[in-house]
Amino acid sequence: MGKRLLEIKNLQVNFDVYGGSLKVLNGVHLTMEEGEKVGLVGETGCGKTTTAKSVLKILPMPPGKVMGGEILFRDADILKMNDNEMRQIHAHEISMIFQDPTAALNPVFTIGQQLMEAIKYSSDNSLSRKEIKEQAVGALRDVSLPDPERILENYPIQLSGGMRQRICIAMALATRSTLLIADEPTTSLDVTIQDQVLRLLGALVREKDTSTILITHSLGVVREWTERVYVMYAGSMVETAGTEELFKNPLHPYTQGLMAAVPKLTGKGIASGIEGRIPDYLDPPPGCRFHPRCPRAFDTCKKEKPPYFDADAGHQVACFLYKD
Amino acid sequence: MSTAIASPTKMARAWEKIRKGWYNFSRNPLSVVGAIIIVAVVFLAVFAPFISPYPEHSGNYVNFDEASQAPSAAHWCGTDVFGRDILSRIFFGFRLSLIMGIVVISLTAPVGVTLGLLAGYMKNTWVEAVIMRITDIFVAVPPLVLALSICSILKPNIFNAMMAVSLMWWPWYTRMVFGIASSIKNEFFVQAAEVTGASKAHIIFREILPNCFGPILTKISLDMGWVILLGSALSFVGLGAQPPTPDLGTMVSDGAKYMPDQWWIAVFPAFAIMLVVFGFNIVGDGIRDMMQVEEV
Amino acid sequence: MNNEILTAQELKKHFHTNRGIVRAADGVSFGIRECETLGLVGESGSGKSTVAYTIMGIYQATSGDLLFKGKDITRESAKRSKKLKQDIQIVFQDPGSSLNPRRSIRQIMDLPLNVHNIVPKARRDEQIAKLLEMVELPADFMYKHPLNIGGGERQMIAIARALATDPSFIVLDEPTSALDVSVQAKIINLLIDLQKELNLTYLFITHDLSLMRNMATRVAIMYLGKICEIATTAEFFSKPLHPYTNMLLSSIPVVSAEEEDLKPKKIVSQGEIPSPVNVPPGCSFHLRCPNRIDICDKVDPKITEPEPGHQVRCHLFEGSS
Repeated sequence: MGKRLLEIKNLQVNFDVYGGSLKVLNGVHLTMEEGEKVGLVGETGCGKTTTAKSVLKILPMPPGKVMGGEILFRDADILKMNDNEMRQIHAHEISMIFQDPTAALNPVFTIGQQLMEAIKYSSDNSLSRKEIKEQAVGALRDVSLPDPERILENYPIQLSGGMRQRICIAMALATRSTLLIADEPTTSLDVTIQDQVLRLLGALVREKDTSTILITHSLGVVREWTERVYVMYAGSMVETAGTEELFKNPLHPYTQGLMAAVPKLTGKGIASGIEGRIPDYLDPPPGCRFHPRCPRAFDTCKKEKPPYFDADAGHQVACFLYKD
Repeated sequence: MSTAIASPTKMARAWEKIRKGWYNFSRNPLSVVGAIIIVAVVFLAVFAPFISPYPEHSGNYVNFDEASQAPSAAHWCGTDVFGRDILSRIFFGFRLSLIMGIVVISLTAPVGVTLGLLAGYMKNTWVEAVIMRITDIFVAVPPLVLALSICSILKPNIFNAMMAVSLMWWPWYTRMVFGIASSIKNEFFVQAAEVTGASKAHIIFREILPNCFGPILTKISLDMGWVILLGSALSFVGLGAQPPTPDLGTMVSDGAKYMPDQWWIAVFPAFAIMLVVFGFNIVGDGIRDMMQVEEV
Repeated sequence: MNNEILTAQELKKHFHTNRGIVRAADGVSFGIRECETLGLVGESGSGKSTVAYTIMGIYQATSGDLLFKGKDITRESAKRSKKLKQDIQIVFQDPGSSLNPRRSIRQIMDLPLNVHNIVPKARRDEQIAKLLEMVELPADFMYKHPLNIGGGERQMIAIARALATDPSFIVLDEPTSALDVSVQAKIINLLIDLQKELNLTYLFITHDLSLMRNMATRVAIMYLGKICEIATTAEFFSKPLHPYTNMLLSSIPVVSAEEEDLKPKKIVSQGEIPSPVNVPPGCSFHLRCPNRIDICDKVDPKITEPEPGHQVRCHLFEGSS
């Protein structure tokens, strides 16, 4: 813990579409240290998946275009890496769990074929078939799947959603990566299964000391699972803090709006949500992208993009209200 | 309260649709090449009498002095054994090919698509069973064999060739649309329409059909190429257009005898066929890209 | 009877597949009063969508009674009267596929107006604009296509479409599950306002218990085709009885310590949800139940009423009404 693992600096990504260019990422900043469990929370269209895919360099680059910024993984800029170096990164350093386990698993191959292939590549073809199979069985046991040998013979369609997601987790962790990016890993699962899977993920991450970025739109999940949170809106981070601190003391008007909009078990009714819609990325508003919807916006907000201001220790807000 | 809603006019909306369609179509430069080829071929076909250097060569023209001349400045593609300018005959040949494609598809597509929609929506009823089994029967016969048998029974001419090709062509539309329709009928928006009380006709033609347009248009474009090819094949064996009608397939067949010395008599018409088919194929890809339903 | 607008009695819907009989809904009984919101909660395989679709006529009930305004409606949609179709409407879960991507909003909204002849053709546009206004959308939205607008707006169109026929009963099948929290808030508040304004009765289906807490008058929780517990919202959340209810309540992620305190003691959920083809014998929940007793794997429990208005189906409470 303590050593800087990933640092995204001012990442700007555009997408070319009919009518112009979508300015999807508008200066994303994110730092994380080894062993951390970071949450990236934001609503649909805010750019969280785009950010994750940029780190893994799996964004389709014809419509997508990096306009600026750096992604430093252990001080090496991912954006400047060539194919070979990226392959090394994919095999050993960074792995990703996607949102829909059904789409992430190839339906025409057995679980065994896919899992063993992942292990083979991550071990640089140095293991024998027997060793690879052993590791595969071990990986499935790690995710509490009963009867792993039989599951290796199954096709994805024969298994339930929860089991498929656990297999994706097993595949991601079997490669012993340093950094795991989980993009909405439990959104498509039932609540009780979601609980199980998150619990499992937490245990494994702790055991293997894997640094994790958990991307989600569920504030509840973030609160239960992460140590630090980044709140994202319309292409950039608006607030970051330790998890407990963020939930006790949300500062950015967007974060506050989100917290208020979540239905509460206390039954006190639901706040009215946040006025307006997400901005048009073709022609985003100048200055702070949230200002058209912000109940507390003032002149400066419309002109300049707010930098990060320090509130408390480890708590930063991109909002002129906290200019000090 | 007035009903003056600030809305884009119908013209503006249609124009916007066209522009957006073109944008998607032209993402692939090859599609644009295909489109240029097709436009050129259509242009040449429509204006053949005015553009071709020797329009009278398309009919009963004989001039043995000019026969079997190699490509030259006067005859860009040379002349055939009757002294007719091959380039001009190719332009007129395009006419025949395009007409064949248009007629066949105009007959087969509406029939095939409608049957497919009916079978797909009424899946698991006797309607589907009857339609699909009939389709199966037609599909089971090899296409060229069917076309040949029909043509040999009837008088060989271009009209009968078109009928023969049409008869074996419609089942493919039915099959394709059946597949799409039977999966779409389970979508929520179809359920929503049913639950509201929409008529079957509305659901089939207004809800399901629009979702099939993409594959149908793509198929039509690819089919133009195939039908032209099939028509040329029939003419090649003598069952299609009869001399002196300038038909690309017939020209290749006639010219084949004189290979390789007077190569131009067969090669240029063959190349013309290839160009047209290629153009439609490529455009088919572009249409598929254009019709893809995209999310912002 | 006590102005119940919809009554279900031992409603069953079974599907015959080549893997066996799927007992999607297996003896469901409940009643909904006018202007009430009955919440139906459950995970996958619970049968909540099956119940909704049977009410709508998308499925034909296998057996049991279903009374709407006193009349039997256990019939497929095709065999229902136009008046009935006008009176009961549904908002589907996924706005991406409940609106035909190839039709404009205007065409989509025109369909119910046309089928039920709500207004003459000349005044259709005006009526559509009015409906859009009801869901707080600008009138020029009618020229857009579903894929060019956001998920939240699509769902609002779906709601406007449901309102087009002036129904008295609306089934809402997970209307906000696919949406972000801020959009969900807007839609839920809209639904609540519309209910008051238009005297609507809702059957509200969701898996989100926190949402249910704020939306429903009474809540019923389903597991593998049967109702496990049904009670008023306050009772359901303050005194949950069924072990499954407790398991579900203890698994939901909440955002404040205050809420954390309201949750029952943490029950770690084990096991997978069985497939509805393979319903376990006895009580369908016994394989995952932490409070299992001997009789649970042999006999299916009957519904009892430990408190007035609070029914539960569990051996632990048998003999207590």
